[in-house]
Amino acid sequence: MSLQPHTPRAKMESRELTLRYGTKTAINKVSLAILEHRVTALIGPSGCGKSTFLRSLNRMNDLIPGTNHTGHILLDDTDINDRSVDVVDLRRRVGMVFQKSNPFPKSIFENVAYGLRVGGMKDKAELAARVEKSLRGGALWDEVKDRLNESALGLSGGQQQRLCIARAMAVEPEVLLMDEPASALDPIATAKIEELIHELKAQYTIAIVTHNMQQAARVSDRTAFFYMGELVECGATEQIFTNPREKRTEDYVTGKFG
Amino acid sequence: MDRQVVMEQGLTETLAVPRLSAAARRRQLREKVIAGIVTLVAFTGIAALVLIIVFVAKEALALFLEPEARHEASLSKMFLPQVVRQGKPPAFVWQPVSNVPKVSMIPLFIGTLKTTVVSMLVAVPVGVFGALYAAEFAPRRLRELLKPVIELLAGIPSVVLGFFALMVMATVLQDTFGLHTRLNALVAGIGLALAIVPVIFTVAEDSLTAVPRSYREASLALGATPWETAWKVVLPAAAPGILAACVLGFGRAIGETMIILMASGNAAIVSASLGDSVRSLSATIAAEMGEVVVGSPHYSILFFIGVQLFLFTFVLNMLASAWTKKVIKRLTGSAS
Repeated sequence: MSLQPHTPRAKMESRELTLRYGTKTAINKVSLAILEHRVTALIGPSGCGKSTFLRSLNRMNDLIPGTNHTGHILLDDTDINDRSVDVVDLRRRVGMVFQKSNPFPKSIFENVAYGLRVGGMKDKAELAARVEKSLRGGALWDEVKDRLNESALGLSGGQQQRLCIARAMAVEPEVLLMDEPASALDPIATAKIEELIHELKAQYTIAIVTHNMQQAARVSDRTAFFYMGELVECGATEQIFTNPREKRTEDYVTGKFG
Repeated sequence: MDRQVVMEQGLTETLAVPRLSAAARRRQLREKVIAGIVTLVAFTGIAALVLIIVFVAKEALALFLEPEARHEASLSKMFLPQVVRQGKPPAFVWQPVSNVPKVSMIPLFIGTLKTTVVSMLVAVPVGVFGALYAAEFAPRRLRELLKPVIELLAGIPSVVLGFFALMVMATVLQDTFGLHTRLNALVAGIGLALAIVPVIFTVAEDSLTAVPRSYREASLALGATPWETAWKVVLPAAAPGILAACVLGFGRAIGETMIILMASGNAAIVSASLGDSVRSLSATIAAEMGEVVVGSPHYSILFFIGVQLFLFTFVLNMLASAWTKKVIKRLTGSAS
């Protein structure tokens, strides 16, 4: 772990966030800061609320009927649930990569260009340049540059997931949320994704949900441990894995339950 | 080596299979009987279809074999303009029961074309956008209400829709557009659309709902609005199903008889105006089959019309399925 010269500011922050599906509480009074240009890993057993927390950061939970929340989520100190915040603008600033790779049934080029097109970019040369840049950023360009017009569904699982990352990066968000981005991939494809995450944090603020503790240890600077809808502990990854303050954290990271 | 010997021994031992037990034999026999019955029933259905086609084609074939029919209804008389009255330019006329029968198919083609085009122009946008609304924008409660209600609409007998078109819509449309003829291609086409909208809606809605939620989430997470998501991601992904919906609707439109018989005016007029009465292929069969002399050229012509209707839908289905395959290949990168 490299030395951090100064403590970075919080890019996103939740304050006493409680979220319910109907009457069932999914996350309970979670206060967590996502630091700028750092990778924050959210770990915890299934159903602990880590994915729900991630999805609330760009308001994807709005799509699920019956959800309601109390507390605040701040992006650059502005409440994202405030009336003055347009959800479309928010999602352009806070992008998301999903657990299951979900490229559109369109060509590789159109997949990456989609977010730019709906954002209003029309100039062909500009689009082509941004698509290339994003695919290079997603470490996929060399593999697909000769078949940009072929369907994205013809790519392998790992390539599809890197395409989805490239697609999310194309709109140049400030924060990138990743919901178990490598859980459906083989070890080699996973390694490529993790390498990519390392490179991306220079430009982006990243929050990643993962089931894989080794992965959290490898890619993240900070780790937050969720359990039963509550944030048990959050700190530097090294500290969480070697010297956790809480007993439950220690039991989980050492594999006593999970 | 020892291990291999053991394995081979094991192999020979399992090869010495004991005779089938009585229960197993009974079970196998039962499977065979059931499979036989299912196959028989399936082939009965297919055989019935084939026999219908053979029968219709056989009755139509007389048109080309019997000298009298060949004289009265040659291909040129059916498809090329004929001099009907001395001194007048050749024309397309359908008057199969006059002293000199005139059997031009062209007015009937025009009738079917006009009503079908009008109905598709109305029904495709209404059906597809209705489905898009139900699948993407309607609140859940409304969607759960909308779908069964529209499917119920598909169950309305066409004679009722025809009656409605004849009594209500014809008057309204005549007053609105100031049409010369009360019953015309426009009334029949819109009446027909009432019958087709539920077909297109139902099939299109199913294919839209089948689009994975992950596509929608991906699109929204990229900062697309719900409308952009529906229009640019969900609709293209459902394109094969939507096309199938339109083909089904077209098949119904081209073959639907009762609504057109009641609301089109049934005059075999050659004109481009939608305000003129029309006579469709299907309505012609329905209207004339009851009074025709069995075995006469006219009788054969009516069956020939039936064959043509069958061919139209058949060719359209072929084209549509070829096109669908192409679309699917473009979407997924593999021909499946």
